Amino acid sequence: MSSTIESLVNKEYQYGFVTEVDTDTIPPGLTEETVRLISKKKEEPAWLLEWRLKAFRRWQTMTEPRWPNVTYEPIDYQAHTYYSAPKSVTPLQSLDEVDPELLKTYEKLGISLTEQKRLAGVAVDAIFDSVSVGTTMKSELAKAGVIFCSFGEAVREHPELVQKYLGSVVPYSDNFFAALNSAVFSDGSFVYVPKGVTCPLELSTYFRINAANTGQFERTLIVADEGASVSYLEGCTAPKRDEHQLHAAVVEIVALDRSSVKYSTVQNWYAGDSEGKGGIYNFVTKRGKAFTDAKISWTQVETGSAITWKYPSVILQGDNSVGEFYSVAVVNGKQQADTGTKMIHIGRNTRSTIISKGISAGQGQNSYRGQVKVLPKAEGARNYTQCDSMLIGNRCGAHTFPYIEVANNSATLEHEASTSKIGEDQIFYCKARGLNTEHAISLIVAGFCKEVFKELPMEFALEAQQLLGISLEGSVG
Amino acid sequence: MTPTATYSDQFAALATPAGAPAWLPALRQQAFERFTALGFPTTRNEEWHFTSVAPIAERPFKAIKPAATTLTASDLAPWILDPSWHRLVFVNGRFEPGLSQFSELPAEVEVATLSDALRESPEWLSAHLGKLAAFDAAAFTALNTAFMQDGVVIHVPKGETVELPLQILCLADAQAQGAAFHPRLLVVAEAQSQISLIETFAAMGGAEYLVNAVAEVTVADGARVDHYKVQQESTDAYHVSTVQVTQGRDSIYHSFSFAAGAALSRANIYTKLLGTGGEARLNGLYVLDGTQHADHQTFVEHIAEACASRELYKGILDGSSHGVFNGKVYVDPEAQKTDGKQTNKALLLSEQARVDTKPQLEIFADDVKCTHGATVGRLDELPLFYLKSRGIGAESAKALLTYAFAAEVLETIENDPLRLALERAVFERFTHASFE
Repeated sequence: MSSTIESLVNKEYQYGFVTEVDTDTIPPGLTEETVRLISKKKEEPAWLLEWRLKAFRRWQTMTEPRWPNVTYEPIDYQAHTYYSAPKSVTPLQSLDEVDPELLKTYEKLGISLTEQKRLAGVAVDAIFDSVSVGTTMKSELAKAGVIFCSFGEAVREHPELVQKYLGSVVPYSDNFFAALNSAVFSDGSFVYVPKGVTCPLELSTYFRINAANTGQFERTLIVADEGASVSYLEGCTAPKRDEHQLHAAVVEIVALDRSSVKYSTVQNWYAGDSEGKGGIYNFVTKRGKAFTDAKISWTQVETGSAITWKYPSVILQGDNSVGEFYSVAVVNGKQQADTGTKMIHIGRNTRSTIISKGISAGQGQNSYRGQVKVLPKAEGARNYTQCDSMLIGNRCGAHTFPYIEVANNSATLEHEASTSKIGEDQIFYCKARGLNTEHAISLIVAGFCKEVFKELPMEFALEAQQLLGISLEGSVG
Repeated sequence: MTPTATYSDQFAALATPAGAPAWLPALRQQAFERFTALGFPTTRNEEWHFTSVAPIAERPFKAIKPAATTLTASDLAPWILDPSWHRLVFVNGRFEPGLSQFSELPAEVEVATLSDALRESPEWLSAHLGKLAAFDAAAFTALNTAFMQDGVVIHVPKGETVELPLQILCLADAQAQGAAFHPRLLVVAEAQSQISLIETFAAMGGAEYLVNAVAEVTVADGARVDHYKVQQESTDAYHVSTVQVTQGRDSIYHSFSFAAGAALSRANIYTKLLGTGGEARLNGLYVLDGTQHADHQTFVEHIAEACASRELYKGILDGSSHGVFNGKVYVDPEAQKTDGKQTNKALLLSEQARVDTKPQLEIFADDVKCTHGATVGRLDELPLFYLKSRGIGAESAKALLTYAFAAEVLETIENDPLRLALERAVFERFTHASFE
């Protein structure tokens, strides 16, 4: 790469501030007592405590996965704090009672919990450290019969729904991080869209890790009842700290017959500095189960985190169900990402589409890991996969690990992958037309990612594009 | 008895061939210790995820001392591509000079059996044998190194061109029942030399045996090696083979692997592009039926700049057969201007057939062009309809299209007699008609 491109500025992580709020934090360490304490603090029913304990016991027998194509210092699970809540949160009656510091934090993050999003037509649930601090637009949603609240509230007010669907897609025994999450999850969002209802608003959750040495373990459960439809967006940021912080979330989506769920993520956790110091370890399990004629669509823009380990998946359980995965993953500095998807075709005439765009810059390592599995009964299954990688600079890496497993001959699968560098001639062309190098690159990258961005809700597509520009600044050499 | 214990007893009883150099027992010992430590791979091993070698581990295959064969040249006719080519024939692992053909080779070119080479040029051999095929993490290569009895050693000196292809025919007959064979091939093609060789593994009758072959191929600067392998083992047999190649500057290595035999087969084809401007072309076709299982694993390491690699593997799977392809392309940070392309296509003819494919790219350099593609499916309805609309019956249309699917990759074979032989085999397999 030419030195002209090399010299671009590296913009600071703009969400790296720390908010001073009083927190209710339990001492570090993880034992059965910790699990009981979390459950007690959240005043949970006995069945949930029992479920947590089962998960904890299972977790103790499991070992951390070593197969991802990432390297990091071993994590001391006893050094983390498993519960940290802003003190002023409980009991929350209305947004007016929220700590003004917190609200300011969200203002800084560009999320107004009040009026702005009303105009944008987005309902927001904000999770600060581990606890939900406010859900907006509740009454409007209630009119449509949509339940959108914190996980804790859902446990209190809709226990029958939570008990029915919790762990039905990601069982507590699923994997090491899912088991850990099941044992210690502190809050998260819960969505239920009743039969035949199209959710009138875009739903959104904003995650923020604030406290030091704290792990965030939120759990999201989305249930779309028969014929329902909902679009959900999550965003994440964290302050700059020198220590690594752990984020092990679980997202479960249940899409019942003929329903449709669209889940979009803009992940911008703190990625650590250019030396790889600090940053979030993002170990997330996301999975949806699509029943007959249902559709689940994952869209993700992953620009943050020191380490990403994440495979949003769809179990295509019912006949004619559809799964989609659109991903842009960017690594810069010393970031490492091992991300992709799984499409498990079980029902007949199930269809899945995977579009993955990986961009590696600096000394980043980006891996796409995906599985497309067609079971013997999945007559007429169809998959199209395209994963493209772009390399910017000569110290980064792009890797592709697709697993294609087919046990039905009526299935049709296509997989294409390509890796190339950002074209000097494309940059030259743009420069000849009066663009500076930085703009030229962001234009080319935006073009490279277009297929994914067009899947995002409009206002977030814009945000994602800007975020991408910021992530890549200074990387280009 | 544990699988490795079966081999322990045999190893203890293993006699060093008469006149073998002193370094050989040490190499064998080291390899056997490694095999014992590794044991047979399990499906928990990522490299063996889709292929269980439990059937091999469970069977106590033993080294045998075969009697001289009673086969005659006419019995071999089905596998002999051209009787005038230089040909080495092994029956049940035993070299048969009477069935072999010694054509005139350029004076400096050496073609010998491993046992002869061990006696005649042990020093040269010690510098090459076991140098490429690492067995640290490869149990089957370790096992071969510990037990290798015979094989072929080819040395093509600088600038020499071997005009006619060379054929190595490994035959197994009823005597092979329960036997383990560990054939070894060593090819050293020095700078600007050229050679084309065909390895044929075939069987007369349906014995159950194990072939565990290892080949080491050095393609020096500007040299070219064409390496064809035809695997038509007995459908009760087990076949594992590993080819490790290193390539110098502007070298060319072309490999073609045809697999139609064996109950379970696994072919590892690994090449390292160490010199600028090298080219590797790895192609293959597997045609399976019944409960056959065939696994191809390729690994192309782009270490030097401006090398090209091309891979095309196709599979036709009938019955409840299982085809596996795992292709890995690695691009070193130094390997700028790499051009890599890999394609795997599988055609499923029956409802029970299964395919697993895993094309991998690991890229650490930015100025590269690497792509891979994989498709799995059955015959396209549209061409079938077209053929039917032109009055061709459904069965014939299917057969023609299946043949056409295979022909795309068979066409890449530059050796005409071999290409014709394989085209004929595939054509007759699917059309049940004569090729003429």
